[in-house]
Amino acid sequence: MSATTWQHKDLLGIQELSPGEINLVLDTATAFKQVGERRIKKVPSLRGKTMVNLFIEPSTRTRTSFELAAKRLSADVINISATASSIVKGETLKDTALNLQALNADIIVIRHSAAGASHFLSRLLKASVINAGDGAHEHPTQALLDAFTIREKKGRIDGLNVTILGDILYSRVARSNIWLLTKLGAHVTLAGPSTLVPRVFEKFGCRVTYDIEEAIRDADVINLLRLQHERQRQTMFPGIGEYTAMFGLNKERFTRAKPDALIMHPGPINRGVEIDSEIADCNRSVILEQVTNGLAVRMAVLFLCSGGKPTAGGAK
Amino acid sequence: MDAAAVGRALARMSHEIVEHNPDSGLLAFVGIRTHGVPLAQRLAGETGRILKREVAVGELDISMHRDDLGLRNTPPKVGPSRITFDLTGKTIVLVDDVLFTGRTIRAAMDEITDFGRPQRMQLAILIDRGHRELPIRPDYVGKNLPTALGERVQVRLAEIDGKDEVVIER
Repeated sequence: MSATTWQHKDLLGIQELSPGEINLVLDTATAFKQVGERRIKKVPSLRGKTMVNLFIEPSTRTRTSFELAAKRLSADVINISATASSIVKGETLKDTALNLQALNADIIVIRHSAAGASHFLSRLLKASVINAGDGAHEHPTQALLDAFTIREKKGRIDGLNVTILGDILYSRVARSNIWLLTKLGAHVTLAGPSTLVPRVFEKFGCRVTYDIEEAIRDADVINLLRLQHERQRQTMFPGIGEYTAMFGLNKERFTRAKPDALIMHPGPINRGVEIDSEIADCNRSVILEQVTNGLAVRMAVLFLCSGGKPTAGGAK
Repeated sequence: MDAAAVGRALARMSHEIVEHNPDSGLLAFVGIRTHGVPLAQRLAGETGRILKREVAVGELDISMHRDDLGLRNTPPKVGPSRITFDLTGKTIVLVDDVLFTGRTIRAAMDEITDFGRPQRMQLAILIDRGHRELPIRPDYVGKNLPTALGERVQVRLAEIDGKDEVVIER
């Protein structure tokens, strides 16, 4: 067990966390995963607390996962989406958040298209703020559940070769994963079209390559990312078909990977684009286990962020 | 209390547990982490020797069932609970090292019922130090140790701390 204690009211990103804090979340998640195997899959830890899912950008997986995590901890949950809220009437994020706090919300989970949205709220609010994705910046709970899955399957993270393949430039999942994996001692390789994997990412401590076969050859873990149609301008690569031909993970390419390489994907997957159906459904794919583990990791994050007294003055 | 006294107390408690449970086929132990777990294993071993059969042992981490989350300065460390047998219909002997306010036992009883519905629960405690805040009393006690509120009772066990002893610290 990790010797570190948790001192944050918020989870805004992986960048701010120490390796000890990351391991503490993963250890805590191990305990919460076991709750899912009980006859009654619910514990009273957050009884009487209210969590608001403030999703200004659409999501099914992450929103549902946070909702179920909070319910398994006995918290009350409110879901707010941009289209069904006063945001369409012109209310600012600040005013929406202050109103939620005035209703005594204890935890606000926010997804927003603007990087830094959760940092902004954390400075403003006494409530705990959890970043569920801010623009192309961070998606900390996704990186934590990816790490949890790798640790569960491989027994460690230190020293592993992890290849992240696809749209790195626009991906908050990639950034959070890069920060987390390098902090815990993994070797990270990024691969994809040069327009989506600029060399500047080498400054994060990663290797960048444009040769997919070389990228997957020594990988212990291959994490595939979806093409973010909603964030891309038209000119990043010629077409979906060409992307699939150049960088899609198909059976033939996968035979050249290590026999025990794991296939991961944060979802939603685009079958036939970045990953072949056969590969997505094979026994080395842990895509659905990632979803199960996401629930345990989010329970751990909600528990830890609710667990301490918030110190005066905010973020920590 | 030294190692020999701890050993004698556990031996006596094992005989009491067997005596009070004539339908001993239903008997199982659940230790509360951390120090309740080795105590539960020793009691299960001892009763198993008397009954000449294996007695099941589970371990419980009650952190998720605490009533003081948010009142502390930092969140508690949470470990997994492991109960691999079906406890519905069983006689569960809960085991912990020190009985103090009773709040840990309240949390443990709540958590046990999330795993199944035991026929009955009993409580075995190595040290009862008094100062109860809830209506909870032990069925089997190693030693009653009157204490002042500010004192700390330290139970050390060979499995965790390298040796068996009980000391009062001020």
